[in-house]
Parts: sequence; structure tokens; C-alpha cells
Amino acid sequence: MAIELGSVRYRYAGSSSAALGPVDLRVEPGRVLGVVGANESGKTTLCLVASGFAPAVVGGRLEGSVQIDGIDAATLRPHELAQRCGLLFQNAATQLSGTTATVLEEVAFGPCNLGLPVAEVMERVWWALRAVGVVALAPRDPARLSGGQGQLVALASVLALRPRYLILDEPTSELDPAGTALVADALARVAGETGAGILLVEHKTDVLARIADEVVVLEGGAVALAGPAAAVLSDPRLAELGVEPPARVLLEREVRAAGFDWSAGLAEAIG
Amino acid sequence: MTVPLPAAAENPSLPQYVIREPSGPYRSLNPATKLSVAALEVVAAFVIPGWLGPGLVIAVVLVTAASSRTLRGLVIIGLAALPLVVSIMVVNLFLLPGAVDPIARIGPLAPTWSGFWFGLLTTARLLAFSSALALAYLTTPVDDLLADMSRRGLGRRGVFVVGAAVQMVPRTIERVGEIMDAQRARGMDTEGRIWRRARGVVPLAGPVVFGALAEVEERTMALESRAFTAPGRQTLLRVPPDRSIDRALRWLALVSVAAIVAVRITGRMG
Repeated sequence: MAIELGSVRYRYAGSSSAALGPVDLRVEPGRVLGVVGANESGKTTLCLVASGFAPAVVGGRLEGSVQIDGIDAATLRPHELAQRCGLLFQNAATQLSGTTATVLEEVAFGPCNLGLPVAEVMERVWWALRAVGVVALAPRDPARLSGGQGQLVALASVLALRPRYLILDEPTSELDPAGTALVADALARVAGETGAGILLVEHKTDVLARIADEVVVLEGGAVALAGPAAAVLSDPRLAELGVEPPARVLLEREVRAAGFDWSAGLAEAIG
Repeated sequence: MTVPLPAAAENPSLPQYVIREPSGPYRSLNPATKLSVAALEVVAAFVIPGWLGPGLVIAVVLVTAASSRTLRGLVIIGLAALPLVVSIMVVNLFLLPGAVDPIARIGPLAPTWSGFWFGLLTTARLLAFSSALALAYLTTPVDDLLADMSRRGLGRRGVFVVGAAVQMVPRTIERVGEIMDAQRARGMDTEGRIWRRARGVVPLAGPVVFGALAEVEERTMALESRAFTAPGRQTLLRVPPDRSIDRALRWLALVSVAAIVAVRITGRMG
């Protein structure tokens, strides 16, 4: 059981060159796979391909295989993909339906689209709101939320479809530190409590250092580095690939460069 | 054809803020009933000759707005029509064809009494028309309208298009404000004389239109990722009630429209 990309190459419609590939990777339930890379490195394209939305929704040409729990993603229709892979983008404002009066109804939008009985819709809504930690927002107007709250509601809205995997494209890019912390906490909780596999594209490597199990670095649409999060995020080649290492790694380098000992105790004290 | 769906009261799992029982007799009417009444008012304002039609409609709308506590919103919407009212008055005052009863002579211009009264009547009809529709809009939550349309068999795409279009108005106004602030911060002059304001429209229109278009793809994918295209009927969390008084009022509106048109066509209205 996993999302598996095998020798995947993808080209957008009308483009002569591949935006992604070759890429091989695996997203497993209960694990968080972080993805970083400079601009134009293929991160958003990877999200669309891994979720099956490219080419099913956006068109284009795909080579290689994308399997979701052993099923070829190309054989699934968009609403079937949505129930397996939740896809979340950067801008919370464009994630919301814009036709509902309360957060509760916004989160219910997806389950309602499936035609589920009202009782089951409500059961899913409360579960998703609890999983993300935004039960208190349920009566609020979705159009009047802060950026962080909006992104959490968008996450809950996707979760309400009970997907086994979440594909998140820079969900904290438009958020301040407080909003980023809110979303990062929620993702850690979702991964731990729901057992969802998460593919998280994120520029903020501090977030990845905190919640990712493995990290992949993309360059020019291909995988340049891959491995356990701690190893990849402290790799000296990271800066050359256009990625800023986490603050802790930078601090460690500064401390060592100044001739001090980076002891395990100090590292632990910094957290 | 309507499809039986569970009413709000039959869903105890729904919190009160989702059920949102409307207050007052007019607000409690079914959205389709309010639209039917608005349609009757529009027909009456334009088809009944002279001042009777628009006068009657404006009076009814004002009383209904006062009783449903929407008078302030109605006045604000009415004020938004002011530029149109001014242009109607100016055009008719000075340019009404065949008018030969001047009020005064101002150089080559001669405003006429006929133009003045005709402009006033047209303004009254315009206000009756806009206030009738505005009252229905102000007393009907968008999601109530969408749920009712859905129950009456309109597909989810149609319902979504209507909902998104209605919600787009305040969102576009908000976006225009943000872009205007951004353009002002970069030195664009949007205050002062009318030609200056007009010149500011071009750098405003571009970002508004292209920004909205750029959002479409992401919004489409966001909808797909929430199973918007799933087959079958969508669940409605709550459906506005459609009581016998609603059905009676809709029939009454329909018969009244037919009667007004028939009487007008046969020439019995004078």
C-alpha cells in the first residue's frame, strides 16, 4: 500500500520539454515525505502527478507509472482520485468553494458531493475538524478567516473525504510564523493519528526537519538528493541546489566554524 | 420536479448555526417565492402605465424592507444607482424627442417639462425594478437559494455557477480595493478629477481580470480534489421549507403577472 512513482516523466500540454522526470519515489501511509527544491524544479508538477491530477485533470503527457495502492492512477476518475489522494495548494482562498456560510458547511462540501447520508457527512466533518484542531472555527464564515486558519480549514475539507494520502503543495508559503506553526502542528497530528501518508512540498526546511521522515530534493524536474530527513537536510550540497538548510543546521555549522564543540547536549537544548 | 429531501428539523445532528431559522414572515418565505414576488413587482413596475405601477411597487418594497429590517441595505443599493439616475434625468430633461414645453432656456439648451416628468417616471421604474430584486437578494441567504435550486432539480454545476457568480461580487470588490491600494503605493493617482480616475482604470482592470483568470485553474483543481464531479445527487445539509403559503403566493404571482400583461395587451389599462 503506497503511492509509487516509477520512472515518471511528465510534459505539460503544448510544452516540448518535460517538466518532471525521471522520478522514482514512494509515499507510504503514516509517513511524511518532504520535497524541496529551487523555483521551477518541478515541485508543483510532482504534486499533480503523484495525486493523479496530471494528466487526468490538467492534461499533458505522462510516461512511466503512477500507482495508488496498486491501482494505476490513469484508470481513476477525478472524484475517485480525490477519495484516495487529498490535494492542497498554496492559496487557501482558492481552495474553498466560496458558496458556504460556515466552516462546518465548507468542510461538508466534499462529503456532500459524494451524496453521503447527512449523519455520515456530519460524522466526517467533526472528525476532520478535530484531526486538524479547528473545531472552534466551525460556526465561522470561511471568507473571514486568517491565512493560517483558512489553510487549516482547507486541510480539514480535504481530510473529510478520508483520503489515504495527502499531497500538500507549499501549504505554509503564504503564512506568517504563527500560521506556519499551526499548520505544521496539524500535519504532524494528522500523520500520527490518521495514518495518512503525506507528500509535503515545502520551502521552509524547518517545517520538514520537524515532521518529515524522508526528504527528496528536486532539481530540474529530477531527484537530486533523497534519504532520511535529518541526513538530507544537513547535506552540504543543499545550498548548491537552491535550498536553505534548517536554522538548526546553519547554527550547528556556525558553532563548529567558530571552533566550538557542537555537543549532543547543546543540540538537544536548542531542540 | 422537486425531490423529497430531509428537512432541517429532521437532522438533529446539525448545529443551530447551520439550520439558521429565518426570522420574520418575509424572510421565512421560500427563495423561489421571493423571486416570484420580485418578478411580479418588476412586471407591475414596467407594464402598469403611469405612476401607479412603480409607485405601488416602491411602497410595497419599502414596507416589506422595513418589516424585514433591510431598509438600510436597500438604501445603500439605491444610492449605488445614483449615477444612472442622474444620467437618465439629464438625457430626458434635455433630449426627449418631441418635447416642446421648455422650463427655461440656458444658451442653446432647453430643458423641458415633458423630459423632466418622463425622466422621473423612468427613474421610478428603475428604482422599483432594482429595489424589488435587491429586497429578494437581501432577505435570501445565498446557500438557501442554492439548496432550493438544487432541490428543484438544477444540477450541481448550475448551482455552483450561480453561487460562485453571486459570491464573486463582494470578492471582486475586495480584490479591486487591494489592487487599488497596491497601485497607489506605486504612485498611481486615483483621486481628484474624473479624467484622472478614468486613467487609473486601465492599470486596475488588468490585474483584476488576469488575476481572476489565473485563479480559475487552481480553483478547478481544488473543486476536483473535493469530489465535485462525483456522479449522483449531492447531499443537502438543509433545505429551506416550502410551505403551502409559499405555493399559494407563487401561484398568485403567476396569475397576477398573466392578468397584468393580458389587461395591458387588450388595452383596458388606458
